[in-house]
Parts: sequence; structure tokens; C-alpha cells
Amino acid sequence: MNAYAAPQFADIETYLDSQLKKSLLRFITCGSVDDGKSTLIGRLLYESKMIFDDQLASLKNESKKFGTQGEEIDFALLVDGLAAEREQGITIDVAYRFFSTDRRKFIVADTPGHEQYTRNMATGASTADLAIVMIDARKGVLTQTRRHSFIVSLLGIKHVVLCINKMDLVDYDKAVYDKILKDYRDFAADFGFESVQAIPVSALAGDNVVTNSDRTPWYDGPPLMEYLDTVEIRAEDQDKAFRMPVQWVSRPNLDFRGFAGQIVSGRIRPGESVRALPSGRSSKVASIVSYSGDLDEGVEGQSITLTLEDEIDISRGDVLCADQAPAEVSDQFQSTILWMSDSAMLPGRSYVMKIGARECQMQVTEQRYRVDVNTRAHEAAKTLNLNEIGVCNIALDREIAFDAYGDNRRMGGFIIIDRMTNETVGMGLINFALRRASNIHRQSLDVSKELRASMKGQKPVILWFTGLSGAGKSTVANIVEKRLAAMGKHTYTLDGDNVRHGLNHDLGFTDADRVENIRRVGEVSKLMVDAGLIVLVSFISPFRAERRIVRQMVEDGEFWEVFVDAPLEVAESRDVKGLYKKARAGEIKNFTGIDSPYEAPLEPEVHLETDKLSPEDGADRVIAMLQQAGVLSS
Amino acid sequence: MTQLTHLDRLEAESIHILREVAASMQNPVMMYSIGKDSSVLLHLARKAFHPGPIPFPLLHVDTTWKFSEMIAFRDVLKDDPQTDLLVHINQEGVDQGIGPFTHGSALHTDVMKTQALKQALDKYKFDAAIGGARRDEEKSRAKERIFSFRSAQHRWDPKNQRPELWSLYNTRIKPGESVRVFPISNWTELDIWQYIYQENIEIVPLYFAAERPVVERDGILVMVDDDRLPLEPGEEPMMKTVRFRTLGCYPLTGAVESTASTITEIIEEMLRTTTSEREGRAIDKDAPASMEMKKQEGYF
Repeated sequence: MNAYAAPQFADIETYLDSQLKKSLLRFITCGSVDDGKSTLIGRLLYESKMIFDDQLASLKNESKKFGTQGEEIDFALLVDGLAAEREQGITIDVAYRFFSTDRRKFIVADTPGHEQYTRNMATGASTADLAIVMIDARKGVLTQTRRHSFIVSLLGIKHVVLCINKMDLVDYDKAVYDKILKDYRDFAADFGFESVQAIPVSALAGDNVVTNSDRTPWYDGPPLMEYLDTVEIRAEDQDKAFRMPVQWVSRPNLDFRGFAGQIVSGRIRPGESVRALPSGRSSKVASIVSYSGDLDEGVEGQSITLTLEDEIDISRGDVLCADQAPAEVSDQFQSTILWMSDSAMLPGRSYVMKIGARECQMQVTEQRYRVDVNTRAHEAAKTLNLNEIGVCNIALDREIAFDAYGDNRRMGGFIIIDRMTNETVGMGLINFALRRASNIHRQSLDVSKELRASMKGQKPVILWFTGLSGAGKSTVANIVEKRLAAMGKHTYTLDGDNVRHGLNHDLGFTDADRVENIRRVGEVSKLMVDAGLIVLVSFISPFRAERRIVRQMVEDGEFWEVFVDAPLEVAESRDVKGLYKKARAGEIKNFTGIDSPYEAPLEPEVHLETDKLSPEDGADRVIAMLQQAGVLSS
Repeated sequence: MTQLTHLDRLEAESIHILREVAASMQNPVMMYSIGKDSSVLLHLARKAFHPGPIPFPLLHVDTTWKFSEMIAFRDVLKDDPQTDLLVHINQEGVDQGIGPFTHGSALHTDVMKTQALKQALDKYKFDAAIGGARRDEEKSRAKERIFSFRSAQHRWDPKNQRPELWSLYNTRIKPGESVRVFPISNWTELDIWQYIYQENIEIVPLYFAAERPVVERDGILVMVDDDRLPLEPGEEPMMKTVRFRTLGCYPLTGAVESTASTITEIIEEMLRTTTSEREGRAIDKDAPASMEMKKQEGYF
């Protein structure tokens, strides 16, 4: 008889109400092939009255046919589910089992010990609060024990039960138990486990599973079932900052707009401020809606629907965070990846990443090293094969909200999906973001580009003057800026003098540097447009591709290309700064028009032929064009 | 400080799964079998999408041999304007007169349930079918994923399942392929009953004990639900106080003698019972791995 049978209760209602207050504990069992995991789980189910008579009858039947215990019941057959496994006598996949006591309901992930199934162990560990590591008392700490414990710690499990099994086969010898415990503590010292509880058991004979065994009088700890029933798993996720990936935007009618998701950490109450990431917009929680009425509070683990006080744009995949302690945002990370597919992971290939409720494209940009799961040694390797673990840099096609996996499992864990086969080919843990600039929270302020522009009474644009050196770009731009200033417009001019000497003083005149030069000028222009300014850019900018890139950085109608066109001989004859002479003499390399090409615009908004037009007439043409297009009022 | 119970956590997990299906699949459907698990699933779906309606239809595959009380219960739901309930019957099977008595339980189940389900999924081009199966029901279910992938031929390959990590579900499929989704995978029979009690969920009256006409066959009490049950020589229906732990086709579902007529009495009885709920089902007994084989062929 055992202590966990259905209890005697005064009346069913009292009993039921106590049953409804049970907590939930998820754990995994890991160990090598013959360590006796399935037998142990089978016994836990049996002892907690989870095995019914008909199942027991069929178990006895099958024990005779497939069992390894002669006439005895083979508990392993209870949990080895698939027909193929029953025949081979090994567990080949993750199986989930359930049992409960008066205090707790347990979900057990039974994970296989075979080397090729490391991925299944990681799968089981990903949702577990605690791990039972099985050790065969006759064999002690093995390579597999190290591997399993490493994966358990990698996946962030803090509590380990070291089940030293088959004590019956070592005569319940305390010295064997002590040595294994010491060996284990030695190598697991830096795994970050908060607790390691060692228990000497015999799953087969039932020693120290439900009740303390007479055969181990030297053991003064709790039996396994009692330990599982009472171990304190701190609900630390509830104390972390609020995070909720938005799964579903609920819009049943025009008056209701709710954001549904499961709270992965923290708690939230109506009136509290939240921030949507990656957009950075903030609002306050108006209500927490549920089927049985509005809630006063939502906590980690609950699936809820929130409404907000302001109408801000939030869609599936965004993350709602505590406004005062938001998650980070980035698109480049260092991560630890466990590969789960027969086809190797290839840096450079495009995969799909799913994190929270968001899917995006990802690439491994660089694999830094591979980790030997047995020794934890770092090895040089460019790819990852099935069941291999590596540390890789990854880049995404968009920014996402995240926390490091070590801080928040559900904000830092992701899966990798093959784009062609749709198979889940890997799992990853975000270690940290690589782009520091992106860690700065992008303040999404209510003062918008539109507001800044309207305060200045203008439409912000970029006037991009391109042409050969000496074509007259700066001269025309200078006149245009004066006319705009006279009209009360807010302007700024970027040209070689104020950019190349400061922001871009590190750049030369190679093709690569010219590209970077224009990219930076483009980014600065874009910020100025956002600030509401009319920006005049006066750069040779010889390549079409870079000018097109700048055009694409800003919104339609914000980029105006002014081709300041003078034939080379005209420009060269002007030679205000004496540069052509030096270039011809070979003193300056890569000079546009001489030994570096100029790609004339194909469809500029304005084409000024400065050998035929005066600078004033050219400026008039630019102003007239802006008036015609409605950028300036006429 | 809010502390979540095991039922709170199971409920939240199920709602999360239902929302993932609705958000990421093109054309999902929820299988509705009229049983207690379906009642729980329906309740969870209402909660998941409140205050909006459930954003997918329900589908009942009618084998034409269900208990009449089940059909009556279903038809109440059919009239609910908030719920879109589809009913599919394999008309070819009906035309051929397929039934459990004339063709045996295996063929009947295959034609009127497995084939009928495939027909309905093909007809409506559903790419996700949500079902109420639980991992504690049967050994092969214990290893099935929550999002369980099916080939274009509706086949399940137990050795080639997608790993499921954390609560991240890979919902990507190619045209023609589909997924079966099991939001209450991690619930046990006891959890279901406790939840029905806690949430006051309506279930088919057949679960409660009442006097019903039954005959005893091969140790199973079969209810004489209509005059299609062929009585063997000397067989006389007798009135017994019985109830059902699971519901299916009436000739294939055994009653148990019981006086439990309320939810609390059912739970009390359950805590004292020594047989599993599938015991009353004929389908599991054919061969040790029969459920696994049926699942590979496309049975839910």
C-alpha cells in the first residue's frame, strides 16, 4: 500500500476544493539507455494509482511477450509507447506522462538516453522546472551523465534530483552512493544548479521511491515522491518584469480592440504603463478582459486579453513590456544553437526563426565555435551537424524584442525552421545582442515627424545636388538655400566641406569609401528630414546605386535629385580648387571624371545644364519645381 | 498575489495553443465529438477569443450510430447563432449500408469515421483540425506532438515528428498538408472532470447515471438506443442504472453500472475506480498497437 492513494475524505466537495488548489510541476528524466528511467516512471505511475486494472492486465500480458523481467511486471512497458520501441526495448522519442498527488500534478517528459537523440532531451528540458538525472549505481558518473547535465543546465533548469538507481545490485552500499555524489558535485559545480538532491533508489524494487527503504538506513533524506511533492520551485518568473508576446489582435467590433497573449513573466494591472516593442510606443492598460469578467491582475502563465487607453499600432509578434523595464531590441545576436536535423546548419543560408509569436528570416553570419557536449571544450567548426551545439552570430531581417535566455527563457529561446521543408531544424538561445546601438530604446515620442514639420510650416525634403567637381553644385545649392530662408523655411546644407572634414574624415576616395561616404550622408539627411528640415546635399555622389539607396531610405516624394550638369571640359576649365590639374598630373588618385567614373542620373527631377544656365536661373528652376510639386506654396 | 493552480496553467496553455492555430493557420476547424472533452474544448475556445466569436467552425463527423441523446445535445449547439457547426456524414458508406453489426466495428470505424473525416477535411480544405485527444488516453498518444503534422494523404509518421520546444509551435505547412492540433494534450481524465466541475460546463446527460435499457455482450453493457440493435436469440433488454465514461457509437461503447448522477459523484466514483476510461471502447482491443496503426492511417 502506498501513501498516495485517493485519500479518505469527509465529503467530496471539501476534497474537490482542495484538489482544485494543486500546483503543477513539470520535470524531465534523463539517463542512459539502461539506467532504468522508464521503469522509474512506470513505478511512479503505479504507486500514485495512475495505472488501472485493465492497463495492468494488458501490462502483465505484454510483460510476458516483450518484458525483460521474466514473470515480474516490466514497468518500462507502460511508458515505452510506440510499437517499434516495444520491440527494440528502447525509448526513441519524448513521451509525456502524468500523475498527481494531493499537492501537485506532475507532467513528466520521458526523454531518451541514446546519443543520437540529444535533441529530444533538449525538447523535454525546454519546459521542465526540474530534472531527474538517472545514474546506474554500478556504473557511476558516465560521459552521458555529463552530457545530460550540460544540456539540462544549458536549457536553464535549476533543480536536479540525482537518482542513483539499481542500489539493489550494489548491496545498498553507502560508499558507492557517496562516491557517485562526490563525482557528480565535482563536475557539476559550475552548472549553476540551485539544488542537487541525491536519492539512492531501486526503481525495480521500489526502494526510496514512495517510502524510505529499510535497506538504506544510512539515507536520511526524503523518498523521491515526497521530494517531488514538496520541493520549492520559486515562481521567479512572476517576479520578473512584465512581458507578453501578442498572439492575436481581437477586433470583434469597432468599439473593441484587445491584445491577446500569454504572460511569460511578471504581472500586470489596469492603469499600469506598458510599452510595445519593437515600436517603442507606450500606453496604459485600460482593462484585462476575460470570459468571466474583468480581472484585477494578470500574472505569469495566464493567457489574457488586454485593452489599452491609447490607440497604438500593435500586431501579432510584438511584445508588450513593463514600460519602466522593457526588453531589449536588436536584429543581431550571439546565440547558442543546438542543431536537430540531418542536413547540416550552413552559415549564410536563410532560415525562418520563430521567437514568441514572431517569425522572421535569420542567417548565421558566423559560427564562432562548436561545443563538445561531453567535455564542454570549444572546437573550431564552420557548420553544425545533428545533435551538435555551437555558438553563432546571427542576423535577422528585422528587429525583435528579446531578453537573454539566461534572464528569461521564453523571451530568449527560439526555434529554427527550414524554409524549403518546413521542418524544425534547430533551437537557439539568445546570449546577447551584437549591435549595441540597438540596445538604446528607440523613443517613440508623440512628437512626430509630421508635428515637427507642421510646426515649421513646411514639408521636409532632401534636395540632392549631384555632378562633377566644378559643375556648380555648391553655387546653385547656396542660392537655393538663401531663397528658401527668405521664404521663412528651415534648411541645412551638407557638403564636402562640413562632412568630409568631420563626420567622414576617416574616409578616402576608393569606391568602397565613396559608397560609405554617401551612405552616411544619406542617414544624416534622413534624420534631418525627420527633424522637419529641408536638406540640401551637395556631393559629387558618382554612383547611381548609392543615390538610389538614399532615395529608398526616405518616403516617396522626399528625395529630389538635381543633376548639376557641366561637360567635363567646362568643369575642368573652371577648376576652382586646382584639383583637375593635380589629378591630371597623377597627384590625386580616383578623381571623378579623370580616373574614376561618373554615372549621370537617368531620370533626375531637375536637370540643370550649367554651361547654358546662370546659377541664379538654375536656382529659380529648382524653386519652381518645388512649387509645382506642392512642396513649397507658390 | 495571484497563485495559479494546475487547472489555471492547463487552461492557459490550451488557450495559447488555440490562439496560435487561429493566428497562424489559413483554414482551421475544431472537431466536435459531442463528448465531455469536446465540451471542455469548446469552453476553452470561447474563453480564448472572448469577447469575439470563435474564429473557426466546428465539425461533427456523424457515423449515424451515435446515441440519440448525443445528437439532441449537438442540435442545441447547431441552433446557437454564435457557433458555426458543420456536420459531415460519409454518404457512400450510408449508401452501402455500412454499420457495426453488418460489417464489424473495424470496418465501420474506418469507413464512417476515418474515411469520413478525411472526406470532410478534403471537402472544406481545412489545413488544421483541432481535436480533444489527451496524452493520458493511450500509449501512442503520449508521444504525439501538440501540433501534429499530417502528409497530404493525412498520414502520421511517428518517427518523423517536429520537436516542440518551450511553447513555440512550428505551424508552417505546404499546400495540401495539414496539422492536427491537440490543445488539451496535457490534461488527464481527472483534470477534465475537475474543470467541468469548476467551470460548470454542460455535458451530455449520458455521463450521468440513469435507468437505461441494456444488453450484456462479451462482458460489455450495450445500450439499446434504437431498434437497429439486433437482439440475439434469448437476449432481452434489461433496465439498469448505468452511465457512460466515454461516448462514441452506441453499439461500440460500453456502459458502466453506476449511481453517480452529479459531477461530484462522478469524480468521487472516478477516484475509486480501477479501470481506465478506454476500457469500454472496442477499438483498442483488436491488437496491442491498434490505436497507433489507426492513427498512422489518418484516424484522429
